Amino acid sequence: MSCKLTQRFVPGYLDGELDLSRTIEMETHLQTCGECARELERLQALRGALQRGALAYTAPEGLRERIQSSLRVSAPTEARERASGWHPLQFSRPLLLLRWAGAFAVLALCAVTAWQFLPGLRGPTSDQRLAAEVLTSHVRSLEASHLMDVASTDQHTVKPWFDGKLDFSPPVEDLASDDFPLVGGRLDYLEGRQVAALVYQRRKHFINVFVWPGAAGSNSTQTLEPRQGYNMMHWSRGGFQFWAVSDVSATDLAEFVRLLQTRIAPGLK
Amino acid sequence: MQDTATRERFEQAVLPHLDAAYNFARWLTRNEHDAQDVTQEAFLRAFRFFDGYKGGNMRAWLLTIVRNTCYTWLHQNRPPDSAVEFDEEIHSSESSGGADPELQVLASADKETLHRALDELPGIFREVLVLREMEGMSYKEIADVASVSIGTVMSRLARARMRLRESLGAALGKES
Repeated sequence: MSCKLTQRFVPGYLDGELDLSRTIEMETHLQTCGECARELERLQALRGALQRGALAYTAPEGLRERIQSSLRVSAPTEARERASGWHPLQFSRPLLLLRWAGAFAVLALCAVTAWQFLPGLRGPTSDQRLAAEVLTSHVRSLEASHLMDVASTDQHTVKPWFDGKLDFSPPVEDLASDDFPLVGGRLDYLEGRQVAALVYQRRKHFINVFVWPGAAGSNSTQTLEPRQGYNMMHWSRGGFQFWAVSDVSATDLAEFVRLLQTRIAPGLK
Repeated sequence: MQDTATRERFEQAVLPHLDAAYNFARWLTRNEHDAQDVTQEAFLRAFRFFDGYKGGNMRAWLLTIVRNTCYTWLHQNRPPDSAVEFDEEIHSSESSGGADPELQVLASADKETLHRALDELPGIFREVLVLREMEGMSYKEIADVASVSIGTVMSRLARARMRLRESLGAALGKES
């Protein structure tokens, strides 16, 4: 390769990605540079072959109908309550869904009532309700094969992935050097809003960390009673709320939270 | 019913891109049955996140979800793509000069050979080629779908094309 322009600009020229002045420059250049002209001809031949091969698939018969009927038994509002756990069984059983919706309505009503009339209960009630939601999301993320939307051990991949998907930018830290490697992230729903879920691994166990803006009642780190074999901790820092949940031991989780707090602390107060 | 209205709005906006979604899923999973499942699940996820869709390029938005669904699925169901390399260096080709046998190869490549060559490319190369050559997407759109920079799109595309040319050359060179 002797012409410096070949690799730099021929593909962009082929793909119509050069700006106007560069395009004109290339057109003039192509008339005199055999190397660039030959490369362009080959790339055009490759494109021609791919188009001739008609390699694009069209959706098979019935897929559209399948999707439409699965949408019919789903609904965004309902789906949001069930967080990210998509489960085919539940979609095919609308009756069960109705029952869930009913149960949820009752729960929501209770929560609202408690919130308005029992200020003394406000803290624990909302905390426990949230704890239940966090736990459900954690379990679903493991069951429903939805642990990660973006699988990466690189915080610089995971953090930008959330851009445009959330109205905030969550702090993302890898703790691989402390044997809690970051393995990915996904979008999730808690309390009816989108939250970031960061997934860490401890040996064979996963830790979900849910992050969203907002201050919790207190700044101290709360350790919850284990529920169904899962440990949970939550804290707030730098205007974010954090909930960590996992089936690792309470000691491991506490260590993990301590490390995460230390790591996130320098940037945030 | 508000739900019905939302669903109809979703179907009108998103279902026209079903073929693009399926084609992308089909090339990423390399299997008809899996592609159907992944496409269906991607549509359900798109529906769930429809509130979060802020306008803009619908097809790119949908294909981003298809891609995420595919890779989550592949991650859980198959061993990692062993041939995927993440170094982005463009490796230069050995151009031999003289008459151009490559053009003859490309002109004579049949559908089966092309299909196999593309199918055997590592995923990161396959996806940029599918988005560029079949969906006609711009570098910017591809960068959005694949969550990488435009520079990365350009270098992957260059390597993908180079590899495809090499493997077509090898496949057809053997026959003649």
